Amino acid sequence: MNHLLRSHAPISDSGWELLDSEARERLTSALAARKLIDFSGPHGWEYSATNLGRTSPLGKAPSRGVSALKRRVLPLVELRASFELSRSELRDADRGADDMDVGALDKAAHEIAVAENVAVFHGWDGAITGIGEASPHEAVKLGDSTEGYPGQVAGAVEQLLCSGITGPYGLALGREQYRTVVETAEHGGYPLLDHLHKILEGPIVWAPGVKGAVVLSLRGGDFVFESGQDLSIGYDSHDGEVVRLYLEESFSFHVATPEAAVVLKP
Amino acid sequence: MGFDQYHEPPEELPADIRTFARLCASLTEEAEALGWYEQRIAVETDPQALAIMRDAQGEEFKHFSMDLEFLLRRTPPWRAVAHGILFQEGDIVERGEQAEAEAFDEGGSGAQGSYEDGSLAIGSLKGAPR
Repeated sequence: MNHLLRSHAPISDSGWELLDSEARERLTSALAARKLIDFSGPHGWEYSATNLGRTSPLGKAPSRGVSALKRRVLPLVELRASFELSRSELRDADRGADDMDVGALDKAAHEIAVAENVAVFHGWDGAITGIGEASPHEAVKLGDSTEGYPGQVAGAVEQLLCSGITGPYGLALGREQYRTVVETAEHGGYPLLDHLHKILEGPIVWAPGVKGAVVLSLRGGDFVFESGQDLSIGYDSHDGEVVRLYLEESFSFHVATPEAAVVLKP
Repeated sequence: MGFDQYHEPPEELPADIRTFARLCASLTEEAEALGWYEQRIAVETDPQALAIMRDAQGEEFKHFSMDLEFLLRRTPPWRAVAHGILFQEGDIVERGEQAEAEAFDEGGSGAQGSYEDGSLAIGSLKGAPR
Protein backbone atom coordinates (compact mmCIF):
# COMPACT_ATOMS: atom_id res chain seq x y z
CA MET A 1 0.00 0.00 0.00
CA ASN A 2 1.32 3.43 -0.86
CA HIS A 3 0.53 6.90 0.50
CA LEU A 4 -2.87 6.96 -1.24
CA LEU A 5 -4.15 4.46 1.37
CA ARG A 6 -6.74 3.16 -1.09
CA SER A 7 -7.04 -0.23 0.58
CA HIS A 8 -8.20 1.48 3.82
CA ALA A 9 -11.29 2.84 2.08
CA PRO A 10 -14.61 0.99 2.47
CA ILE A 11 -14.86 0.65 -1.31
CA SER A 12 -15.03 -2.62 -3.26
CA ASP A 13 -12.76 -3.36 -6.22
CA SER A 14 -15.65 -2.77 -8.59
CA GLY A 15 -16.39 0.50 -6.80
CA TRP A 16 -12.80 1.63 -7.29
CA GLU A 17 -12.98 0.61 -10.91
CA LEU A 18 -16.07 2.76 -11.39
CA LEU A 19 -14.51 5.77 -9.64
CA ASP A 20 -11.19 5.49 -11.51
CA SER A 21 -12.96 5.17 -14.83
CA GLU A 22 -15.22 8.15 -14.13
CA ALA A 23 -12.28 10.29 -12.99
CA ARG A 24 -10.17 9.34 -15.98
CA GLU A 25 -12.98 10.25 -18.37
CA ARG A 26 -13.62 13.64 -16.74
CA LEU A 27 -9.96 14.51 -16.48
CA THR A 28 -9.01 13.48 -20.00
CA SER A 29 -11.51 15.86 -21.55
CA ALA A 30 -10.41 18.86 -19.49
CA LEU A 31 -6.61 18.46 -19.17
CA ALA A 32 -5.78 20.77 -22.06
CA ALA A 33 -2.13 21.44 -21.32
CA ARG A 34 -1.22 17.76 -21.59
CA LYS A 35 -2.62 17.73 -25.12
CA LEU A 36 -0.17 20.39 -26.24
CA ILE A 37 3.05 20.25 -24.20
CA ASP A 38 5.73 17.67 -23.42
CA PHE A 39 5.02 15.31 -20.54
CA SER A 40 7.80 13.66 -18.57
CA GLY A 41 7.33 11.02 -15.90
CA PRO A 42 5.64 10.04 -13.71
CA HIS A 43 8.67 9.93 -11.43
CA GLY A 44 6.84 8.97 -8.25
CA TRP A 45 5.46 10.61 -5.13
CA GLU A 46 8.94 10.87 -3.58
CA TYR A 47 10.26 12.93 -6.51
CA SER A 48 10.55 16.50 -5.28
CA ALA A 49 12.43 18.69 -7.74
CA THR A 50 13.27 19.19 -11.40
CA ASN A 51 16.89 19.75 -12.37
CA LEU A 52 17.34 23.10 -14.11
CA GLY A 53 21.05 22.75 -14.77
CA ARG A 54 21.56 26.19 -13.20
CA THR A 55 23.48 27.41 -10.20
CA SER A 56 23.38 30.38 -7.80
CA PRO A 57 26.44 32.00 -6.26
CA LEU A 58 27.21 31.34 -2.62
CA GLY A 59 28.80 33.99 -0.46
CA LYS A 60 31.77 31.97 0.56
CA ALA A 61 33.03 28.42 0.67
CA PRO A 62 33.39 26.47 3.93
CA SER A 63 37.14 26.96 3.83
CA ARG A 64 39.78 28.98 2.01
CA GLY A 65 41.09 28.09 -1.43
CA VAL A 66 37.86 26.76 -2.91
CA SER A 67 34.88 28.32 -4.64
CA ALA A 68 31.26 27.30 -4.16
CA LEU A 69 27.97 27.29 -6.04
CA LYS A 70 24.48 26.19 -5.12
CA ARG A 71 22.36 24.16 -7.53
CA ARG A 72 19.02 25.64 -8.49
CA VAL A 73 16.10 23.26 -8.84
CA LEU A 74 12.42 23.68 -9.54
CA PRO A 75 10.39 22.21 -6.67
CA LEU A 76 7.37 20.13 -7.56
CA VAL A 77 4.00 21.43 -6.46
CA GLU A 78 1.08 19.37 -5.20
CA LEU A 79 -2.56 19.85 -6.13
CA ARG A 80 -5.37 18.19 -4.22
CA ALA A 81 -9.14 18.34 -4.75
CA SER A 82 -11.15 16.70 -1.98
CA PHE A 83 -14.62 15.22 -2.37
CA GLU A 84 -17.12 13.06 -0.50
CA LEU A 85 -19.20 10.18 -1.78
CA SER A 86 -22.23 8.59 -0.18
CA ARG A 87 -21.54 5.09 1.11
CA SER A 88 -25.14 4.23 0.37
CA GLU A 89 -24.58 5.18 -3.28
CA LEU A 90 -21.44 3.03 -3.37
CA ARG A 91 -23.39 0.06 -1.98
CA ASP A 92 -26.05 0.55 -4.63
CA ALA A 93 -23.37 0.59 -7.31
CA ASP A 94 -22.09 -2.75 -5.96
CA ARG A 95 -25.64 -4.09 -6.36
CA GLY A 96 -25.55 -3.08 -10.00
CA ALA A 97 -27.02 0.42 -9.98
CA ASP A 98 -25.75 2.16 -13.11
CA ASP A 99 -26.69 5.70 -12.08
CA MET A 100 -24.52 6.27 -9.02
CA ASP A 101 -24.25 9.91 -8.01
CA VAL A 102 -20.62 10.80 -8.71
CA GLY A 103 -21.25 14.53 -9.04
CA ALA A 104 -18.76 15.38 -6.31
CA LEU A 105 -16.03 13.39 -8.06
CA ASP A 106 -16.84 15.06 -11.39
CA LYS A 107 -16.63 18.49 -9.78
CA ALA A 108 -13.29 17.71 -8.12
CA ALA A 109 -11.90 16.32 -11.39
CA HIS A 110 -12.89 19.45 -13.25
CA GLU A 111 -11.44 21.70 -10.56
CA ILE A 112 -8.05 20.01 -10.48
CA ALA A 113 -7.90 19.94 -14.29
CA VAL A 114 -8.66 23.66 -14.40
CA ALA A 115 -5.98 24.30 -11.78
CA GLU A 116 -3.41 22.41 -13.88
CA ASN A 117 -4.41 24.31 -17.01
CA VAL A 118 -4.23 27.68 -15.27
CA ALA A 119 -0.84 26.89 -13.72
CA VAL A 120 0.63 25.88 -17.08
CA PHE A 121 -0.90 28.56 -19.30
CA HIS A 122 -1.14 31.55 -16.93
CA GLY A 123 1.19 30.66 -14.06
CA TRP A 124 0.85 30.22 -10.32
CA ASP A 125 2.20 33.01 -8.19
CA GLY A 126 5.27 31.90 -6.31
CA ALA A 127 5.22 28.40 -7.75
CA ILE A 128 5.12 28.22 -11.56
CA THR A 129 5.84 30.60 -14.43
CA GLY A 130 3.14 30.02 -17.01
CA ILE A 131 3.42 30.02 -20.79
CA GLY A 132 1.66 33.38 -21.08
CA GLU A 133 3.84 35.01 -18.42
CA ALA A 134 7.03 33.79 -20.07
CA SER A 135 6.14 34.73 -23.65
CA PRO A 136 8.04 37.82 -24.85
CA HIS A 137 5.54 38.40 -27.64
CA GLU A 138 2.96 41.10 -27.28
CA ALA A 139 -0.42 39.56 -26.59
CA VAL A 140 -2.84 39.71 -29.51
CA LYS A 141 -6.29 41.10 -28.66
CA LEU A 142 -9.13 38.81 -29.63
CA GLY A 143 -11.95 40.93 -30.88
CA ASP A 144 -15.58 40.49 -29.93
CA SER A 145 -16.32 39.13 -33.37
CA THR A 146 -15.10 35.73 -34.54
CA GLU A 147 -14.55 37.24 -38.00
CA GLY A 148 -11.15 38.35 -36.80
CA TYR A 149 -10.10 34.98 -35.36
CA PRO A 150 -8.40 33.56 -38.50
CA GLY A 151 -6.37 36.75 -38.93
CA GLN A 152 -5.41 36.86 -35.24
CA VAL A 153 -4.39 33.19 -35.15
CA ALA A 154 -2.49 33.55 -38.44
CA GLY A 155 -0.78 36.62 -36.99
CA ALA A 156 0.28 34.65 -33.94
CA VAL A 157 1.66 31.86 -36.13
CA GLU A 158 3.55 34.44 -38.19
CA GLN A 159 5.02 35.90 -34.99
CA LEU A 160 6.28 32.44 -34.05
CA LEU A 161 7.78 31.92 -37.50
CA CYS A 162 9.55 35.29 -37.22
CA SER A 163 11.16 33.99 -34.02
CA GLY A 164 12.32 30.83 -35.78
CA ILE A 165 9.73 28.67 -34.04
CA THR A 166 8.57 25.93 -36.37
CA GLY A 167 5.25 24.10 -36.28
CA PRO A 168 2.98 22.38 -36.18
CA TYR A 169 1.13 24.71 -33.85
CA GLY A 170 -1.67 24.07 -31.38
CA LEU A 171 -4.37 26.33 -30.00
CA ALA A 172 -5.75 26.25 -26.45
CA LEU A 173 -9.12 27.98 -26.31
CA GLY A 174 -10.87 29.15 -23.16
CA ARG A 175 -14.43 27.93 -22.66
CA GLU A 176 -16.18 30.93 -24.17
CA GLN A 177 -13.80 31.17 -27.12
CA TYR A 178 -14.06 27.44 -27.78
CA ARG A 179 -17.85 27.53 -27.84
CA THR A 180 -17.78 30.51 -30.15
CA VAL A 181 -15.34 28.89 -32.57
CA VAL A 182 -17.20 25.59 -32.72
CA GLU A 183 -20.59 27.19 -33.39
CA THR A 184 -19.36 29.59 -36.07
CA ALA A 185 -19.42 29.11 -39.80
CA GLU A 186 -17.73 31.68 -41.98
CA HIS A 187 -19.13 33.20 -45.14
CA GLY A 188 -20.01 30.37 -47.46
CA GLY A 189 -20.68 27.99 -44.57
CA TYR A 190 -17.07 26.93 -44.03
CA PRO A 191 -16.61 25.99 -40.33
CA LEU A 192 -14.30 28.37 -38.49
CA LEU A 193 -12.83 25.39 -36.62
CA ASP A 194 -11.62 23.83 -39.89
CA HIS A 195 -10.19 27.13 -41.09
CA LEU A 196 -8.17 27.51 -37.87
CA HIS A 197 -6.98 23.90 -38.20
CA LYS A 198 -5.57 24.67 -41.63
CA ILE A 199 -3.69 27.69 -40.29
CA LEU A 200 -2.25 25.82 -37.30
CA GLU A 201 -1.66 22.36 -38.81
CA GLY A 202 -2.21 21.11 -35.26
CA PRO A 203 -4.92 20.50 -32.66
CA ILE A 204 -7.42 22.94 -31.20
CA VAL A 205 -8.28 22.02 -27.65
CA TRP A 206 -10.94 22.98 -25.13
CA ALA A 207 -9.03 24.53 -22.24
CA PRO A 208 -11.22 25.34 -19.24
CA GLY A 209 -9.45 27.89 -17.05
CA VAL A 210 -7.67 29.60 -19.93
CA LYS A 211 -8.57 33.25 -20.40
CA GLY A 212 -8.71 33.89 -24.14
CA ALA A 213 -6.43 31.58 -26.08
CA VAL A 214 -2.82 30.55 -26.51
CA VAL A 215 -1.07 29.58 -29.76
CA LEU A 216 2.03 27.45 -29.21
CA SER A 217 4.45 25.27 -31.10
CA LEU A 218 4.11 21.50 -30.82
CA ARG A 219 7.59 20.74 -32.18
CA GLY A 220 8.64 19.56 -28.70
CA GLY A 221 11.24 20.64 -26.18
CA ASP A 222 9.75 24.09 -25.54
CA PHE A 223 7.36 23.42 -22.63
CA VAL A 224 8.01 20.65 -20.13
CA PHE A 225 5.51 19.26 -17.65
CA GLU A 226 7.29 16.95 -15.22
CA SER A 227 5.01 14.65 -13.29
CA GLY A 228 5.89 13.25 -9.88
CA GLN A 229 2.75 11.39 -8.87
CA ASP A 230 0.34 11.45 -11.78
CA LEU A 231 -3.30 12.18 -11.00
CA SER A 232 -4.58 9.63 -8.51
CA ILE A 233 -7.53 9.06 -6.22
CA GLY A 234 -6.55 8.66 -2.59
CA TYR A 235 -8.41 7.90 0.61
CA ASP A 236 -8.76 10.35 3.48
CA SER A 237 -11.38 9.09 5.96
CA HIS A 238 -14.92 7.78 6.30
CA ASP A 239 -17.85 7.49 8.68
CA GLY A 240 -21.14 5.68 8.48
CA GLU A 241 -22.53 8.02 5.86
CA VAL A 242 -19.75 9.16 3.58
CA VAL A 243 -16.26 8.30 2.41
CA ARG A 244 -13.87 11.20 1.93
CA LEU A 245 -11.50 10.89 -1.00
CA TYR A 246 -9.29 13.22 -2.96
CA LEU A 247 -7.70 13.66 -6.36
CA GLU A 248 -4.04 14.51 -6.14
CA GLU A 249 -0.96 15.04 -8.27
CA SER A 250 2.52 16.50 -7.99
CA PHE A 251 4.28 18.20 -10.87
CA SER A 252 6.56 20.95 -12.05
CA PHE A 253 6.36 22.97 -15.23
CA HIS A 254 8.94 25.11 -16.92
CA VAL A 255 9.22 27.01 -20.16
CA ALA A 256 12.41 26.21 -22.05
CA THR A 257 11.64 28.46 -25.03
CA PRO A 258 9.57 31.50 -24.03
CA GLU A 259 9.30 32.60 -27.69
CA ALA A 260 7.39 29.44 -28.62
CA ALA A 261 3.94 30.75 -27.63
CA VAL A 262 1.71 33.77 -28.27
CA VAL A 263 -1.18 34.75 -26.01
CA LEU A 264 -4.49 35.86 -27.48
CA LYS A 265 -6.19 37.87 -24.75
CA PRO A 266 -9.96 38.18 -24.50
CA MET B 1 19.67 7.08 -43.29
CA GLY B 2 16.17 5.71 -43.06
CA PHE B 3 13.30 6.48 -40.71
CA ASP B 4 11.82 3.01 -40.63
CA GLN B 5 11.00 3.14 -36.94
CA TYR B 6 8.05 5.36 -37.74
CA HIS B 7 4.87 3.67 -38.82
CA GLU B 8 3.07 7.02 -39.22
CA PRO B 9 4.37 10.27 -40.79
CA PRO B 10 6.96 11.54 -38.25
CA GLU B 11 5.82 15.14 -38.66
CA GLU B 12 2.40 14.14 -37.35
CA LEU B 13 3.85 12.43 -34.27
CA PRO B 14 4.50 14.28 -30.99
CA ALA B 15 8.06 14.37 -29.70
CA ASP B 16 7.48 11.87 -26.89
CA ILE B 17 6.04 9.32 -29.31
CA ARG B 18 9.01 9.78 -31.66
CA THR B 19 11.33 9.13 -28.72
CA PHE B 20 9.29 6.06 -27.79
CA ALA B 21 9.58 4.75 -31.36
CA ARG B 22 13.35 5.37 -31.43
CA LEU B 23 13.85 3.41 -28.23
CA CYS B 24 11.63 0.59 -29.50
CA ALA B 25 13.82 0.44 -32.63
CA SER B 26 16.94 0.45 -30.47
CA LEU B 27 15.53 -2.34 -28.30
CA THR B 28 14.92 -4.42 -31.44
CA GLU B 29 18.45 -3.82 -32.69
CA GLU B 30 19.99 -4.80 -29.36
CA ALA B 31 17.93 -8.01 -29.31
CA GLU B 32 19.08 -8.84 -32.84
CA ALA B 33 22.71 -8.23 -31.87
CA LEU B 34 22.32 -10.53 -28.86
CA GLY B 35 21.08 -13.29 -31.15
CA TRP B 36 23.91 -12.76 -33.62
CA TYR B 37 26.60 -12.89 -30.93
CA GLU B 38 25.04 -16.02 -29.45
CA GLN B 39 25.34 -17.73 -32.83
CA ARG B 40 28.90 -16.50 -33.47
CA ILE B 41 30.04 -17.60 -30.03
CA ALA B 42 28.50 -21.04 -30.60
CA VAL B 43 30.69 -21.72 -33.64
CA GLU B 44 33.90 -19.83 -32.81
CA THR B 45 36.92 -21.89 -31.70
CA ASP B 46 39.59 -19.19 -31.25
CA PRO B 47 39.71 -18.38 -27.48
CA GLN B 48 40.72 -14.73 -28.00
CA ALA B 49 37.94 -14.14 -30.52
CA LEU B 50 35.49 -15.81 -28.15
CA ALA B 51 36.54 -13.53 -25.30
CA ILE B 52 36.05 -10.44 -27.43
CA MET B 53 32.62 -11.51 -28.59
CA ARG B 54 31.52 -12.41 -25.07
CA ASP B 55 32.62 -8.95 -23.97
CA ALA B 56 30.72 -7.37 -26.85
CA GLN B 57 27.60 -9.39 -26.06
CA GLY B 58 27.82 -8.12 -22.48
CA GLU B 59 27.52 -4.58 -23.82
CA GLU B 60 24.37 -5.57 -25.69
CA PHE B 61 22.89 -7.04 -22.50
CA LYS B 62 23.38 -3.64 -20.89
CA HIS B 63 22.02 -1.66 -23.85
CA PHE B 64 18.96 -3.89 -24.18
CA SER B 65 18.21 -3.60 -20.47
CA MET B 66 18.56 0.19 -20.47
CA ASP B 67 16.27 0.54 -23.48
CA LEU B 68 13.70 -1.71 -21.83
CA GLU B 69 13.79 0.13 -18.53
CA PHE B 70 13.32 3.48 -20.29
CA LEU B 71 10.29 2.19 -22.17
CA LEU B 72 8.78 0.61 -19.06
CA ARG B 73 9.14 3.85 -17.10
CA ARG B 74 7.35 5.71 -19.85
CA THR B 75 4.52 3.17 -20.15
CA PRO B 76 2.76 2.35 -16.87
CA PRO B 77 0.49 -0.42 -18.26
CA TRP B 78 3.49 -2.17 -19.83
CA ARG B 79 5.43 -1.74 -16.60
CA ALA B 80 2.56 -3.23 -14.60
CA VAL B 81 2.47 -6.34 -16.79
CA ALA B 82 6.27 -6.66 -16.87
CA HIS B 83 6.37 -6.39 -13.09
CA GLY B 84 4.39 -9.62 -12.84
CA ILE B 85 6.59 -11.52 -15.31
CA LEU B 86 10.19 -10.37 -15.01
CA PHE B 87 12.43 -11.96 -12.36
CA GLN B 88 9.60 -14.23 -11.17
CA GLU B 89 9.73 -17.97 -10.56
CA GLY B 90 7.39 -20.53 -12.15
CA ASP B 91 5.80 -21.00 -15.54
CA ILE B 92 6.36 -17.93 -17.70
CA VAL B 93 3.11 -18.24 -19.64
CA GLU B 94 1.09 -18.60 -16.45
CA ARG B 95 2.88 -15.61 -14.96
CA GLY B 96 2.10 -13.64 -18.11
CA GLU B 97 -1.61 -14.42 -18.01
CA GLN B 98 -1.76 -13.60 -14.31
CA ALA B 99 0.15 -10.35 -14.74
CA GLU B 100 -2.14 -9.25 -17.54
CA ALA B 101 -5.23 -10.05 -15.49
CA GLU B 102 -3.90 -8.20 -12.45
CA ALA B 103 -2.94 -5.17 -14.50
CA PHE B 104 -6.10 -4.82 -16.54
CA ASP B 105 -8.92 -6.97 -15.23
CA GLU B 106 -9.01 -8.46 -11.75
CA GLY B 107 -8.61 -5.58 -9.41
CA GLY B 108 -6.97 -3.65 -12.18
CA SER B 109 -8.71 -0.62 -10.83
CA GLY B 110 -9.04 -2.00 -7.36
CA ALA B 111 -7.70 -0.89 -4.06
CA GLN B 112 -4.15 -0.63 -5.37
CA GLY B 113 -5.18 1.58 -8.26
CA SER B 114 -5.12 1.06 -11.98
CA TYR B 115 -1.38 0.85 -12.18
CA GLU B 116 1.61 0.04 -10.07
CA ASP B 117 1.82 3.51 -8.54
CA GLY B 118 -1.91 3.65 -7.79
CA SER B 119 -2.44 6.49 -10.25
CA LEU B 120 -5.00 6.86 -13.00
CA ALA B 121 -2.12 6.62 -15.51
CA ILE B 122 -3.32 9.53 -17.61
CA GLY B 123 0.14 10.76 -18.59
CA SER B 124 0.60 12.59 -21.86
CA LEU B 125 -2.54 13.37 -23.83
CA LYS B 126 -0.79 14.52 -27.01
CA GLY B 127 -2.80 13.11 -29.86
CA ALA B 128 -5.91 12.66 -27.71
CA PRO B 129 -9.23 13.98 -29.03
CA ARG B 130 -9.95 17.59 -28.10
